[in-house]
Amino acid sequence: MDFTLTKEQQMLQQMVRDFTQKEIEPIASALDKEGRFPEEIIRKLGEIGVMGMTVPKEYGGAGADTVSYTIAIEEIARACASTAVVVSVNNSLACFPLLAFGTEEQKQRFLVPLAKGEKLGAFGLTEPSAGSDAAMQQTTAIKKGEEYFINGVKHFITNASRADIYIIFAMEDKTKGTRGISAFIIEKGDPGFSFGTIEDKLGIRPSITGELIFENCHVPADRILGENGKGFKIAMMTLDAGRIGVASQALGIAQASLDRSVKFAKEREQFGKPIAILGMIQEAIATMATDVEAARMLVRYAAWCKDVKQSYTAPAAMAKLFASETAMRVSTKAIQIHGGYGYMKDYPVERYFRDAKVTEIYEGTSEIQRLVIALNAIR
Amino acid sequence: MTGVTVNVEKCVGCKNCIPICPFGAIDFNSEAKKASINDKCTSCGVCVPSCPVEAIYSDIKIVTDLSQYKDVWVFAEHRDGKLAKVGLQLLGCARGLADQLDQRTCAVLQGHKVEDMAKTLIEHGADVVYYLDAPELEHYRFDTYTKAMVELVRKHLPNMFLIGATHIGRDLAPRVSRRLNAGLTADCTELTIDPQTKLLKMTRPAFGGNIMATILCPNTRPQMSTVRPGIMKQLEPDHHRKGEIVKEKVEFGPRDTMVEIAKVVKEQKHLANLEEARIIVSGGRGVGSAEGFRVIKELADLLGGEVGGSRVAVEKGWIPQDHQVGQTGKSVRPDLYIACGISGSIQHRAGMQTSGCIVAINKDPDAYILKIADFGIVGDLHAILPMLTEEFRRELGK
Amino acid sequence: MNIVVCIKQVPDTTDVKIDPKTGTLVREGVPSIINPDDTHAIEEGLRLKEKFGGRVVVLSMGPPQAMDALMVCKAMGVDLCYLISDRAFAGADTLATSYTLAKAVQATGPWDVVICGRQAIDGDTAQIGPQVAEALGVPQVTYCTEISVEGRKVIAKRALEDGYELIRTELPALFTVIKDINKPRYPSVMGIISVCRSCDIQTWTAKDIAASPKMIGLNGSPTQVSRTFAPEPKGVGQVLKGEPEAVVKELVKKLRDKNVVRVR
Repeated sequence: MDFTLTKEQQMLQQMVRDFTQKEIEPIASALDKEGRFPEEIIRKLGEIGVMGMTVPKEYGGAGADTVSYTIAIEEIARACASTAVVVSVNNSLACFPLLAFGTEEQKQRFLVPLAKGEKLGAFGLTEPSAGSDAAMQQTTAIKKGEEYFINGVKHFITNASRADIYIIFAMEDKTKGTRGISAFIIEKGDPGFSFGTIEDKLGIRPSITGELIFENCHVPADRILGENGKGFKIAMMTLDAGRIGVASQALGIAQASLDRSVKFAKEREQFGKPIAILGMIQEAIATMATDVEAARMLVRYAAWCKDVKQSYTAPAAMAKLFASETAMRVSTKAIQIHGGYGYMKDYPVERYFRDAKVTEIYEGTSEIQRLVIALNAIR
Repeated sequence: MTGVTVNVEKCVGCKNCIPICPFGAIDFNSEAKKASINDKCTSCGVCVPSCPVEAIYSDIKIVTDLSQYKDVWVFAEHRDGKLAKVGLQLLGCARGLADQLDQRTCAVLQGHKVEDMAKTLIEHGADVVYYLDAPELEHYRFDTYTKAMVELVRKHLPNMFLIGATHIGRDLAPRVSRRLNAGLTADCTELTIDPQTKLLKMTRPAFGGNIMATILCPNTRPQMSTVRPGIMKQLEPDHHRKGEIVKEKVEFGPRDTMVEIAKVVKEQKHLANLEEARIIVSGGRGVGSAEGFRVIKELADLLGGEVGGSRVAVEKGWIPQDHQVGQTGKSVRPDLYIACGISGSIQHRAGMQTSGCIVAINKDPDAYILKIADFGIVGDLHAILPMLTEEFRRELGK
Repeated sequence: MNIVVCIKQVPDTTDVKIDPKTGTLVREGVPSIINPDDTHAIEEGLRLKEKFGGRVVVLSMGPPQAMDALMVCKAMGVDLCYLISDRAFAGADTLATSYTLAKAVQATGPWDVVICGRQAIDGDTAQIGPQVAEALGVPQVTYCTEISVEGRKVIAKRALEDGYELIRTELPALFTVIKDINKPRYPSVMGIISVCRSCDIQTWTAKDIAASPKMIGLNGSPTQVSRTFAPEPKGVGQVLKGEPEAVVKELVKKLRDKNVVRVR
């Protein structure tokens, strides 16, 4: 079993690390403070192929493997979890379903600009009444002639008003339950499509999270993604892949928290010595380091499963569950190790803590992940 | 016009000489099977001994007997009618080396109508000033200066040659060394004579200063070395000192006029960011007011450094935000960081603790900053800084 | 336009440590990078190609691991890379290196521009550029912050300590650049994948570039290292004691001795 990264993965890691240190790290704190979308960074990442990393070259992507993708997301998240989620949503929740379920014409028209970073994608599943209970879609889609009319509200959508292309889920036939849900490709500017509230969040503040409003939004029939009634399946398969992205983001937050804690422990002196020699600090760091390493193994394994086309539903859920809970534990402990300093915005660990929390919630709460893992084991 | 030729009758076409030429100046006629010298030749002569049948001649004396090379030379750099201080400093150093070898110290003055600089060079230790005057030497250009310097070296055979590591020196010295096929050691911080071998021992930093290396140049002459300004000390000028001014002539051909200076612009370089400053003078709570920062700025300006400040100084509006050093400010690594009235909290230390040399001035003898400083002064910065500035002004003027 | 860029793979000197006992470098675990000034040289080469067409060839003289640096160059978009590597090159000082590089440049065929970084962060000599230019018999402009080409004519902006000068010259010519000249691009993901999946970077030996054994490696190096040692350790700090005037005098003297302040 070879745990070393391939040459390609090493070079990618080095390049993204270099980019992150020079372009993202210096402004991450300011982005969070101002709640400012990382516009320039996303544009530059698009230019070097990161926005469509795993999309094949013929559709404008870079053709990288999933392991490379997790490495890139982790490196970016170490500096800015918000930038990481923008990249992750574009790759996993917008490009992936188009690649897996789109027609050739749809791929050329929508996937290519997303993969090239020319346009930004978003994923619209969640509604006020449909979170974990995703099947409870209240948004409706009715076919009239050669058009679909969509009505409803999506909320808590990452990239919200900033995105250009949206993968939207709506109920066509309530009598069929989950088999009545279909997926659609909506573009900014489509008639009847507008934006609502932009949320004021605890963390990942530079990321724009908001409402999508559909009031008799009508689009041509060729905007349906995949077959009618297959929408729920598309959503679930997309989230399976998306979980690997979020797991990588959480891993990056955890690693950054660990790095800062070690640095601080070596510099901070109390009782005449650096606190790094104190037993309780060492115990904390040992637990943090082990958890981060374990999270990394699960993330890489889930990515590997996807690359070799093995079933990855359970591994991805495990990775997301463990990495997000690790990020929460490690960032909480990081603040503790920093003591009073950790509570102040001078130090980045309080931002890591605020950013970490959402990784336990979005793209399937930890409770949902546990459900997926249990059902996978029991069936 | 070349000093090196191939005797076509003697040449056996072995092609041994072709790759040896560093300048690609030897052509080979595959029909006639004979080598010939083209106009890229710089007369360095390195091909001469390579010919197994001695078919290559040079009418330029290529002296291989190292004992023939004598004297320690110094390049007297000058700009805009003023001699660069580094040249005078190197004369001080050369004087010491030459005395140990019982040889002379010679200055090389290349320019146009700058003969009166020769006196200053003699007063600062030169026994001989080689003076080359030509309009083409008025402003520094690599082509004319290299030609002049190389001809001078080939004529007078110096043992050692010291050149200032300035923008000019670092443009000129390598070009000259290549043409002479001589060894060159850059940025030397120490030059001594080995008592046994009488060789020049050149010590210099490498790997960003993480390691020191002592370099020797046993087999080529002159032993060339560049030295940064401010490393060596110039001698007190002796107005009664006597020396010789030797005027030399040099001619420039088409190969010696490859560039033209279109424009020279002087401008104050405004640092893009604090992170690049080599010296930072920084103020904290102890400064007391925006006015108080004046003494900080004065010292920074004198030393050619930048002004920094702690979070307190910025929050109180004493200095702008982009001068903040620390956890929420800039991380800096200057060669010298002078912290004035700064306690040394962990947030501030995070931004400056890897500085090359830390000096702390603080009223409080228990201030944490004094623990991490290389040199600490317990005192009121408002009293100490003006004295420090004055002392620096006096020392650096020398 | 045929553009040749010479680069060097160096240890990241911010991480380098020295073994105080042996006085030698501890290179383990120190990442290797493309010399920072050289990344600007590569970028300038790519920009000239984008403006005038032609090709960018990158050369690097180094051990086999320098291939990694050339792979990054390929991923940045250069056309060709050659690793100039041979055991016979070992021990080369700048003179021998400049001979080798000049021979390699000539081996790439007809060329118009050679671009180098001003200096490498390990050797810190800044000698290679001018020495290679001399060996090639072409004009040099060092410390470039701008290179403007029109036909065969060039105007280069050369940084001085207190300003700059504009130098006019003609191609072929060699330029050394400093970081102010441009912001280097990052290798793209596509570029990295492409170079990893079909790496075709050739290695040239001394024979391939028609280099004479007398002029390369140790044989061709007039300078030799007599010894290396650790710089004086920082030591424990000291609080200077005494009357203010005396203390100030002592501080200034100590700082001058340490060479942290210099005559302007």
